[in-house]
Amino acid sequence: MKAVETINVTKVYPNGVVANRNVNFSVEVGEIHAVVGENGAGKTTLMKILFGMEKPTSGEIRIFGKPVQLNSPHDAIALGVGMVHQHFMLVPSFTVAENIMLGIEPRKGLFSLDFKRMEQTITEYAKKMNFELPIWEKVMDLPVGVKQRVEIMKALIRGAKILILDEPSSVLTPQEVNELFAVLRNLSKQGITIIFITHKLNEVKQIADRITIMREGRVVGTFKNEELTESQIVELMIGRKFEYDISKSEHVAGEPLLVVRNLNYFREDRAHVLKNVSFVLRAGEILAIAGLEGNGQKELVEILTGLRERASGEVLVDGKNVLGLRPWELRRLGISHIPEDRIEVGSALSMSVAENMVSDRYDRPPFSGRIVYRKKNVIEFAQKLIAEYSVKVRSPTTLMRMLSGGNMQKVVVARELTNAPRIVIANQPTHGIDVASSEFIRKKLLQMRDSGKGVLLISTDLQEVLQISDRILVLYKGEIVAHLRNENLNETELGFYMLGTKRQSDEELKELLNV
Amino acid sequence: MKKSLAFLEISRMIITILIALLIGYIFLLFSTKNVSEALKWFLYGPLSNQRRFVEFLNNSVPIMLTGLALSLVFQAQVFNIGAEGCLFFGGFGAMLVALKFPQIQLVHLIVTLFAAAVFGAAWAFVPAFLKVRWKASELVSSLMMNYIAYLLVLFLVNNYFRDKAAGALVSYRFPQTAWLATLTRYRLNSGFFIAVSAAILIGFLLYFTKYGYQIRVVGANKKFGFYSGINVGLTVFWVQLLAGALAGLAGGVELAAMYRRFVWQSLPGYGFDGIIVAILARNNPFLVIPSALFIAYLRVGANIMSRMTGLAPEVVVVIQSVMILLITAEALLDRFKKKLIEREAMRNE
Amino acid sequence: MSNFALNFADPAFWYSVLRVSTPLLFAVMAALVSSVAGSINIGIEGMMLMAAFWGNVIGAFARNPWVGLLAGVASAVAMALLLAFSHLKLRVNLVIAGVALNLFASGFTVFMLFALTGEKGTSASLGAQPIPRLDIPLLRNVPFLGKVLNNHNALTYIALISVFVVDYLIRKTPLGMRMRAVGENPDAATSVGVSVLRIRYLSLVLSGLFAGLAGVFLSMGYVSWFARDMTNGRGFIALAAQALGGKSAILGALGALLFGIAEATGFTLQSLRIPSEITNMIPFILTLIVLVIYARTRVKSHSRIQEI
Repeated sequence: MKAVETINVTKVYPNGVVANRNVNFSVEVGEIHAVVGENGAGKTTLMKILFGMEKPTSGEIRIFGKPVQLNSPHDAIALGVGMVHQHFMLVPSFTVAENIMLGIEPRKGLFSLDFKRMEQTITEYAKKMNFELPIWEKVMDLPVGVKQRVEIMKALIRGAKILILDEPSSVLTPQEVNELFAVLRNLSKQGITIIFITHKLNEVKQIADRITIMREGRVVGTFKNEELTESQIVELMIGRKFEYDISKSEHVAGEPLLVVRNLNYFREDRAHVLKNVSFVLRAGEILAIAGLEGNGQKELVEILTGLRERASGEVLVDGKNVLGLRPWELRRLGISHIPEDRIEVGSALSMSVAENMVSDRYDRPPFSGRIVYRKKNVIEFAQKLIAEYSVKVRSPTTLMRMLSGGNMQKVVVARELTNAPRIVIANQPTHGIDVASSEFIRKKLLQMRDSGKGVLLISTDLQEVLQISDRILVLYKGEIVAHLRNENLNETELGFYMLGTKRQSDEELKELLNV
Repeated sequence: MKKSLAFLEISRMIITILIALLIGYIFLLFSTKNVSEALKWFLYGPLSNQRRFVEFLNNSVPIMLTGLALSLVFQAQVFNIGAEGCLFFGGFGAMLVALKFPQIQLVHLIVTLFAAAVFGAAWAFVPAFLKVRWKASELVSSLMMNYIAYLLVLFLVNNYFRDKAAGALVSYRFPQTAWLATLTRYRLNSGFFIAVSAAILIGFLLYFTKYGYQIRVVGANKKFGFYSGINVGLTVFWVQLLAGALAGLAGGVELAAMYRRFVWQSLPGYGFDGIIVAILARNNPFLVIPSALFIAYLRVGANIMSRMTGLAPEVVVVIQSVMILLITAEALLDRFKKKLIEREAMRNE
Repeated sequence: MSNFALNFADPAFWYSVLRVSTPLLFAVMAALVSSVAGSINIGIEGMMLMAAFWGNVIGAFARNPWVGLLAGVASAVAMALLLAFSHLKLRVNLVIAGVALNLFASGFTVFMLFALTGEKGTSASLGAQPIPRLDIPLLRNVPFLGKVLNNHNALTYIALISVFVVDYLIRKTPLGMRMRAVGENPDAATSVGVSVLRIRYLSLVLSGLFAGLAGVFLSMGYVSWFARDMTNGRGFIALAAQALGGKSAILGALGALLFGIAEATGFTLQSLRIPSEITNMIPFILTLIVLVIYARTRVKSHSRIQEI
């Protein structure tokens, strides 16, 4: 029997984006089913529809054979569907117990919360499922892997027979991933249907029974795991034999553009997030900072780009210490920043593409005179950039919010690379966007490098790091534990540094400041 | 598709006005037997003779200026609604200068109005500073400043500037050199032209200068503004001061033209009307002109109705509040918008 | 000066503090209940005003203050529903909706006052009966505290009790837990099937209930007539006082009492010949100070973007 089935489901979002087109998708009871596709293919939307978080524009949903109308997650949960989201949906100040019990709270008498029974119920369930949870700890104090287990428990305790996981491994260490997969296999044996979204194909091959591939909102096909190789999956995901066509020229080290010396930072919660970080970024190179999320990269970028204060140490540009300067001063010194969050930080959704493209230079000619803002020049300029960066948009006056993720990012990149910067700080520049845009942006970064600029690339995408960087620094728990040249690099070795199992000696690291 | 969206916006505006007027009509039904008479005075009163027409235009002057003030802060997504207090304090400033400054023709008047603006800006300093320095809610602080302005100014005027010779609680008369001219025998407030010019200037500022671009970006996404290199704190600060100046000017103009004394014993309400004017104008300074005229028309219509039939004019406030709700209801006509977008998207498949 | 200091040792002063704090206690509870679920109720001022009007007028016509109380509270709840509907269904910005409703209440009450009584100032001509005071035998003979706590309007006692009721609601009931979840992370609530919409509606309605009680006290306990705009900014002061207390009803209540002290001190100062305009400024200036203190004591993030 099919646990879940969608028939001709289409979903159009309020901003005009068609996320799902006539999707026909089904999952058998008790199987582990992977849904893959590149960013923007429509996987998350489909899952949100199955969980009742979005309503399809047209089409039918069937759960355990019955056609259903899902008006909210409440309905989905009642039918046995549970979802573990990529970005956890937990209340930070609540305990694990409170988060799990929210909405199904056991009561004492008519009105009061029965904390004791909460504890009992959860402990029993956890034993059944074979994992442990620190019930009375506040969720905000817990590591990511535990938070995910809380999310899974939330779904199971409500009687979920179908468990949907959205990119579950993206925030886990490899060890935690294995633990997760053990849990999933166990659940599958107990008859629970598992659907998970991922773009990590090695994991798909590891654990999935069947695989559905989506592309541009459509289902390309559903296959048994053994029927496809990884590269075949990629081909189907992209629609053609895709290989990144990126070639790098020789690395010629130039003068130092950015010198970071003994950068230390204690976060608001007193955590020692950056420990004596030192490195040099030179002209004509791409220096990558690799590492798993949560090892200090976010804070490092914010400090270097003037968005975070209270760090100590030195950040030298042309010999001057620029640590603590604000974005306008840093930009004037030629430092550009492609931010991690293109929506919250990188753009103004309610303004036009053209206006977004000049936000860092609007007060200078040709875009402004002494007082007057020259809209015509802005639009002309935007048109040029739109063509040069292949931004798929009807006109420069279209509102930014109408663009897809990849195109939005291209607008951001266009803005940041064209203000004659000397240093480009790119934070996850191709995160969450389609492969074609991704390739384009990587090529542009290489162009910057070839023309003598310095690019600091912060990325959790190893493929990206290996493709375009010249040197790699590995950040682990706030410290630089490795400094490698990107020549004949052993990926596994890189992995070890990222996991903290290996680190270079102080001797090897001393080179950092002298390269 | 842009055209159909614009059409949707306009029809929304019209439907809103009609519904609001309908609700006003229902209120009238409940409060008087002679509804048609009341309605007649309400809808046609301001056009019925020249005097009333001038009254209508005059009424639009202070609210056009406060409407400008509020459209500015709303553009920056700052909820400073202290225009009332700034107007009151600005009026006080105008009175001070009118009474104390040497009586030089023309210069006196200019300095008086300038003082009104400066006092208005100064009054806006407190909420602006508290917001930028300590992130304190400008909504609550500006509201408090409204009450404080009222009490402070009243205390000062009634105790130190009161004209005991006059019958009521008013200040001394302004000397003639501080009078703002009124035109024709119906006393059209020449400040009307000041207000309209201000609207055009502010509109120009917002859409055609780099400072306006700054304000609009901060209003669209202040994180983005900061990251792009805009000094968001400074922008938020000055926009409130400029708004305060406009509101203060409104107070000065009103006193210097219509009363030539400080006459207010309670908050005149122009600051709050400004909120409605700004919202109706969708925060666009150019549209503040017709918006203020419209609200003034409703006000004066209600006043005339009140004078002629004895009904309380506050029914117009009911109409205004309904309008605010309906105009800013994003969900109205949302369904149509959604269908439009969906159809367009499918067409591109 | 010594007169002024002696004032604080006089139980009559503290009696007066409790009395003037009553509307604020209710109003702070109103502010708390809605803000815990994530909606700041700007319309408390207008809801109080409506309740004050309808409570007094209906109470007069029905010749029964308790009927008036019910009517007043009902009118405030109706306004709260209107606010909730405008914001949650029509998606009007919450602040704008609150401001619009306050304007509406201000004009509407004056309009109806004239329509129903022919007066434009107050409804004193209706001769409404106030809500009675309660003489509690237990407190009669307690020294000092007895004089402070006894013989208050029934609503004052209800106000004090509701502080504890609200505190229990928020911290120890399932509803309170859901409200806190919705206020802190609405996505979390949705993910478990709790309807964010329903919780927000409910919180605004509860807020209206307390705002209604606050308003009814103004026109039926404090004095027994309605006057235009008699709320005089209390709805906004309550927002500031509640901000001080965060999620704690007890702390919020203390904030309300603080303002009660300020107001009562104002009366004392007036009797010492300080002009009423100046003494009336005290609560508003105090609010500003409270606002700054609250803003300064927040945990400041190092992220400049968060601090904008």
